[in-house]
Order: sequence, then structure tokens, then C-alpha cells
Amino acid sequence: MSTKPYVREVSKFDWYFKHPRFMRYMAREVTCIFIGAYTFLLIAALGSLSQGKDAFDAFVQGLGSPFWVLFNAAALVAAVYHSTSWFNVTPQAMPIQRGEEFVPGNIIIGAHYAVWAVVSLIILVWGV
Amino acid sequence: MSERQIQLEVLRYDPDTDSEPRFQSYTVPCKNEWVVLDALNYVKENLDTTLSYRWSCHMAVCGSCGMMVNGEPKLSCKAFIREYSDNIRVEPLANFPIERDLVTVVEDFIAKLASVKPYLIPKEDKPISAGEFKQTPAELMTYKQYTLCINCMLCYAACPQYALVPEFIGPAAIALAHRYNQDSRDGGRDERQEVIASHEGVWECSFVGACSEVCPKHVDPAGALQQVKVASTIDWYKEHLMPWVKK
Repeated sequence: MSTKPYVREVSKFDWYFKHPRFMRYMAREVTCIFIGAYTFLLIAALGSLSQGKDAFDAFVQGLGSPFWVLFNAAALVAAVYHSTSWFNVTPQAMPIQRGEEFVPGNIIIGAHYAVWAVVSLIILVWGV
Repeated sequence: MSERQIQLEVLRYDPDTDSEPRFQSYTVPCKNEWVVLDALNYVKENLDTTLSYRWSCHMAVCGSCGMMVNGEPKLSCKAFIREYSDNIRVEPLANFPIERDLVTVVEDFIAKLASVKPYLIPKEDKPISAGEFKQTPAELMTYKQYTLCINCMLCYAACPQYALVPEFIGPAAIALAHRYNQDSRDGGRDERQEVIASHEGVWECSFVGACSEVCPKHVDPAGALQQVKVASTIDWYKEHLMPWVKK
């Protein structure tokens, strides 16, 4: 018997278009770009704050432009998708065993949402 | 008993005559309860005796009949014809070289499986007279799901990371290493960590999760890999920040 195995080449650049689950994965990964960019925006905000009230006010006023409003909206959507997609896989990465049973995944996911809500509430109340 | 005629498109490759694989179509009269493997067996017995594919148990236990059915990794003995349209495309498992027709070269997986030492390495030698290694039901539950792996390699065919980085140890082998690491009777974790906590080990995994979605035995290899990442990260911090703490 001949052994001349045939190796099928895999495209390194467009493989994620080949299956919906790969697209979902890439969507989760791409959200990082928005979150990273938003981090730079926060650093820029801190930079302007360090230059005094006038500089910070001008910075905040600049954020009212359509581009920055759109960017913030997109970053918010990306952050929510990023967070929820990771929350939803936490039971796989952090299973909790109690005796002979595992704590149901929904409880572990729910706990993450609860902490998220509480922390967000504290920041909002504290911020206002 | 209802019968339906389907077109079964099969990827064929004869290493003696073909320079690359080609599709061949067969018209197969299928019974309602048939699976894709039955259709292949019909082709082999009635239409084309040269067709090559692996199978054995026909009941999702042996793990040898894995192939791509309409682009999705499936055990062909578990893929019911009635769940598909009249055109079904069957290809060898993705991400493995094709030996002939639907038969793939699996040596890479076998070597990786062996490299993670998927067997009990007792913590200490014990004479037979000292009795068995006991385990509570709770200790069994910790790793039980991973024992259900049948080494069918569907997870490797689904994994884009294995496709892009063939050195990746991969889902099933690491999940099995995790199974033994989690076993209260085992003491071989340090030996396995050298392989599975390496760059080609869990750190090649980017948690696409495809492995767990396609697993025919509902094992969760993706979960196992993330748990190994967490444990390996804790190891690293212990080693670098608290060198006086023994693992």
C-alpha cells in the first residue's frame, strides 16, 4: 500500500469565515480593539485633567462630536458583548464542585452578572 | 418502512493514482433509521467496493468512524440521514492528512496522546497486599466526564488552532491529562505539566470552544483546557512570588 498522504492546506487569513462559531469567536476577540482604544481614551482624559480644568472641559466638549459619540456607543456594545460572552463560559473554566454535584452553570454565570450589577451601581452612585 | 434517495458526495483520494482528492457522487436509497455510516456501507457493498473508511462498533463507542458530514465533524454512526437534506457531503476528518478516501493519518494524535501519559501514575508504590486505592464518589465525580472521551478526534477536526498550529497538543490529549491530574489516586501531574503547560500545550488554546461543541460524548475539552490554564497560572505565581510554598 502506498503512503502518500495528502495534506489539505488551511488558509491562515480567512479561516474564521468558514463557520459561524469561528465568526462568533472572532467577534469576541475583536471587541478587545474597542476596549483597548477606550483605555487610551481614558488615559488621554487623565492627561487633560492633569493640565487643569480648562483643558479637561475642552476635552469633554470634544467628546460631544458625532465621531466620539459613535465610538463610545460602539465601545459600550463591544464591552457588553465581551463581558457577557466571557461570563457565559465561566462555568467551564471555574466549575465548583459541592460533594458529588457540580454547582449549576447558571448560578456561576448569574453570580458574575450580580457582581457586575453591584459594582456598576456603586460606581454610578459614587460618581454622581 | 420509509425510504429516501439521497446523493452521497464522498471525497475520494487514491494515493497511487490521484494527485489531489476529488468528489464522487453516489445515489443511495436510505431507510429512515439509517445513519451516514449505513449509507457508506451500502455504497461499499453495492456500488463501489474500492471506497475506504474506518468503522467498527456502529454505536458511538469505538470512535473510529469520525468524518466531516456537510463540513461538521461527526461520528458517521451517529449522524442520522433524516436530519440532513437529500445531498450529503462526506469528507475525511479535517486537519489530518488523508491516507486514502475517508481514512486519515492519525499518528500525530496518537503521539500527542502518549506524550501526556494518560494513565494512572500512583503517588507511591504500594504492594498488592496493601489493598486497592480507594476513592469516594465525590472524588470520582471530579474527573468522571473526561473518562467518557473515546479518542474519536472530532475535537481536533473542529479546532481552528490545531489547524493553524499543528504542534498544538490539542483538546482530547490535554483533557485526558487533566482527567488523570484530577484523579485522587494519581501523582503524575508534574510529569504531565511539562507537556501540557508548555507553549504547545494549553497556551496555544484561545478558547474558541469548538471542541466541546462537536464532542459526541459531551465531554468538555475546552473547559478542561481552561482549568489547566488556571492551575498552571497559580503554579507560576506560587513559584515566582512564593518560592517557599511547596506545590
